[in-house]
Amino acid sequence: MVCMAFSGTPEKIISARELGIVACTRCTKAWPLGTQTCGRCGHTLVSRDRLSLQRVWAFWLMGLICYVPANIYPMLITKTLFQEDKSTIIGGAIELAKYGNLGIAAIILFASVVIPLGKFWAIAFLAISVKQQRVISTRFRRVLYEVVEYIGRWSMIDIFVVAILSALVQLKALASINPGLASIFFALSVIFTMLSAQAFDSRMIWDVQARDGGKPQDE
Amino acid sequence: MFRKTRACGNLPPICEEISNPHYGMSPPGGIGYSTPMKDTTDTLAETNLDDFIVCPQCDAVYRLKRPDRGERAVCQRCHKVLIMPRKNAGLHIIAVALAVVFLIIGAAVFPFLTIDAAGNKNAVSILDAALAFTGGPLLALSLATAALIIFIPLFRVLLTLYVLVPIVLDRQPARHAISAFRISEAMRPWSMAEIFAIGCAVALVKITDLANVAFGPAFWMFGILVVLVIAQDSFMCRWSVWHSLEHPKKS
Repeated sequence: MVCMAFSGTPEKIISARELGIVACTRCTKAWPLGTQTCGRCGHTLVSRDRLSLQRVWAFWLMGLICYVPANIYPMLITKTLFQEDKSTIIGGAIELAKYGNLGIAAIILFASVVIPLGKFWAIAFLAISVKQQRVISTRFRRVLYEVVEYIGRWSMIDIFVVAILSALVQLKALASINPGLASIFFALSVIFTMLSAQAFDSRMIWDVQARDGGKPQDE
Repeated sequence: MFRKTRACGNLPPICEEISNPHYGMSPPGGIGYSTPMKDTTDTLAETNLDDFIVCPQCDAVYRLKRPDRGERAVCQRCHKVLIMPRKNAGLHIIAVALAVVFLIIGAAVFPFLTIDAAGNKNAVSILDAALAFTGGPLLALSLATAALIIFIPLFRVLLTLYVLVPIVLDRQPARHAISAFRISEAMRPWSMAEIFAIGCAVALVKITDLANVAFGPAFWMFGILVVLVIAQDSFMCRWSVWHSLEHPKKS
């Protein structure tokens, strides 16, 4: 069904801006350069968003700032018969590892530490690399962009787990789990990184490729 | 207008047309790489821009050629799927959407998980889970969670029905159908029902040591729901919807 075009002869592809067209990024319709809003779907048309990187960095910074208290404050407050236990994200994982649940500890560390930090790195890398002349394959940038776009929403899973646990484990005196303050910062951090990734104008990735001499990226 | 030149669903890049005259009608004005942009703009204004489709992800221009049903038109540069018409896609989406509406309402109200430890029982619905963050600033998180897993998916499905039903019935598009579809598209990344479902699995693993956990009816509803939501998104060819909203049938 899917048929890839590259079969030996790389065809040079023109971007809309070179043709004097501005395209709607929502409904793919083409308009003459200078048109302000898309006549089909009403989306604002910008050939290249000049402020894109500024917004990317603003949201990125907000996300990073929120990520700090998300790790300092407790994520879950577990009350059992005799004790109250406040655990942060990393603290909770370490505790699980101590009790022998190495697998689950690794999953938690991966989902709530490695992936968020990787996302911060990836967005920053994309935003810096489209400004630089260094030769990095467009393919790598494209894969990175798609991964960031795709994975961004999935970080919300932590918040949902906390929500499910604290709604479910309410067994009067026996045991109860309540959400800690970190949950709200973690949620904000995820939302800001999603906004940051959305603010990134992906067309810049291919502009850099065209400027660098237009090597076909798939070889 | 739409020519089929290849068996596969790829769109020819616009320059291919220019360099290969045998490809069919060549663009007026002889657009080439060396042509200054100003001239191009002038000639393009006269050209029918409806003949073009531009990849929203990488800005590559293609001459529009509708793929056959079951085929997909993929951007050659960034591999984004641009057009993917399917047989009876509209009807399928409407059927799925109706099912989703009932499942969301059912899944939100019925008990979802029940926990049992030493005689203490607790059953929660999805609404309970969404509203678990109570008190102070956590209330905002509660509302956001409820929106992300119930209200935004529900609202998107309703908007989809509103937009698609008149199109599939060959009527005039509903009033404000364009803005309805726009809102629905804008909310797509914020509809997180499927992420919540995976979250349930993780939460279960975490507490199976602590207590007995059983699935309520809503859990299975939600499981089906997630599959349907994903199926619905993959059936939907956004370009076709925009196209039919722009060229309504006058019957």
